[in-house]
Amino acid sequence: MNFVQNFPFFSIILAMFSGIVSSVLDGRKARNLSLAMIAVTTALSAGTLLFCLGSGESYTFMMGHFPAPWGNEIRAGILEGVTAIFFGIIMFLAVLGGLDHTAEDVEEKKLNLFYIMIDLMLSSLLALVYTNDLFTAYVFVEINTIAGCGLIMIRQKGRSMSAAIRYMIMSQLGSGLFLIGLSILYDVTGHLLMSPARESVELLVAAGSYRIPMLVIMAVIGVGLAIKSGLYPFHYWIPDTYGYATPTASAVLSGLVSKGYIFLLIKIFYRVLGYDNLVSSQMVNVLYVFGITGMVMGSIHAIHETDTRRMTAYSSVAQIGYIYMGMGLGTSYGMVAAVFHIFTHSATKALLFISAVGLYEVSGDKKDYISLRGAGYRNPLAGIGFTVGALSMVGFPMLSGFISKLLFATSALESPHKMLPTIIVLAVSTTLNAVYFLRLVITLYSRRRPEDAPIPETRARSSWQLRLAILCFIGVNLVLGLASQPIVQAIRDGLAMFG
Amino acid sequence: MIQHLSLNIEETAAVILFGIGFTILLLHRNLIKKIMGMNIMDTATYLFLASKGYITGRAVPIVVDGVQEVSAYINPVPSGLVLTGIVVSVSTTALMLSLTIRLYERYHSLDLDEILILAKEEERT
Repeated sequence: MNFVQNFPFFSIILAMFSGIVSSVLDGRKARNLSLAMIAVTTALSAGTLLFCLGSGESYTFMMGHFPAPWGNEIRAGILEGVTAIFFGIIMFLAVLGGLDHTAEDVEEKKLNLFYIMIDLMLSSLLALVYTNDLFTAYVFVEINTIAGCGLIMIRQKGRSMSAAIRYMIMSQLGSGLFLIGLSILYDVTGHLLMSPARESVELLVAAGSYRIPMLVIMAVIGVGLAIKSGLYPFHYWIPDTYGYATPTASAVLSGLVSKGYIFLLIKIFYRVLGYDNLVSSQMVNVLYVFGITGMVMGSIHAIHETDTRRMTAYSSVAQIGYIYMGMGLGTSYGMVAAVFHIFTHSATKALLFISAVGLYEVSGDKKDYISLRGAGYRNPLAGIGFTVGALSMVGFPMLSGFISKLLFATSALESPHKMLPTIIVLAVSTTLNAVYFLRLVITLYSRRRPEDAPIPETRARSSWQLRLAILCFIGVNLVLGLASQPIVQAIRDGLAMFG
Repeated sequence: MIQHLSLNIEETAAVILFGIGFTILLLHRNLIKKIMGMNIMDTATYLFLASKGYITGRAVPIVVDGVQEVSAYINPVPSGLVLTGIVVSVSTTALMLSLTIRLYERYHSLDLDEILILAKEEERT
């Protein structure tokens, strides 16, 4: 076995151990350890990806001493590698960008706890990406939930406590459904590892037995993970959670946590239940309907919001809708578009949350439209960052959002029954996105009026970390937008490896 | 139909309990009762797993008296899953309870709707 094949395991365990070690470090050291750990795990993921690209196939890595049908396994392929690298980069930039605000929002002696949560979050995300075992996935889903809850409640101001309990309740509903789904799946197939479970599922489908249990499994696992990722009718916890947490936490929760669950769902669809079975059982249509409803309703809620941070959070509801719509199209093209949109949305939403912080800094920490008037002149880089993010969400060419929308539109052409509604809803949703995002961008670049309340004395300029993070996020967005071809190809190859 | 349900009495009970717990967690306004609902839901899943792993007339898979045939023992995997699940649900329960204490200290209420309204008002002032 090649040494590189150990890397996924190393990265998960490294992240977990830095969390444990951080519990005895002070805040500053914990922070530095966390940043170093994220950089190292991202490099390890890059090594894994290069190995998989070189060998042209995925591999499984046995955990412990029990071989395939019983033991625990990690699986790495192109898509896992790309996703892990991407999650690492976004995590690093989000932590870097929110550095000084984290130090302000969190009590000095609790600062190391915040970075423990970040470490555990990354470790659970990596485990969700790499694992080949369903029950391990459940355990890491719970670790992810607990770490997420910690990230929200550590800022003990405003509504973050009530947001945390709401998040926890919804997450527990999702985890409960996911767990019962796994239990039924285990009873029907007799396996917890994805590959043998897949073989049993194929046999059952071919024999036509256990039709109703299979349907229940698909529904329960799908709905469970949809609740946790905040698909439209289950989105009530999103605006509070993203709106009141500290900036790093908002960026991580909106950009990565929900994406980790969606990635797990895609993995289960392909590697356990079989995407063709989902298509033939009409389950994808349910996701499709929820997705297109979310695309419109999320945007409408966002238009009504006066708090710009909650507006950005509601926009996440719409974007999650896009992803589920792509999954619901029932074609591999739709799935490629959905996975690409996972990347687009994490990069863009993290950029929006982080650059919005730069704008609030120069507006006396107010988040409404009137206070933000002219903020784009007061903090030019943050203004540009927010504008790039907003244009990307709307679908401006050269930016990643455009490629996502293009992929969704072209993949809709492949599925004749869903073509018309998809294109119409894409157009409507794009217009609505433009309404609220461009309204804010125009506000940022309009002159302050004499009757506006004076801005309280604020810091002269943002910290260099924040500015660096904004620049890097803009870079990631441009890379996704301008050099999308190799990434789309990698997603396509990765999904082919899943099947 | 009824015959199937009575044949799988434990599973039927587990699914009904799951529904009860899920509904309480989703709809009840009292936070403590919500947490109870969550525990009922989780425990129902463990009942389901444990009853699926049990095979009538077989023993716990601990080798005594040199009996090594697989047919003598029940499936040990679900028991392992239940144990792991219990650990997870204990930690989430502890977290939810501690959050409830913090919320009670701050808002002097266990009613989630009331807490949300109070939090909204607090923000406005």
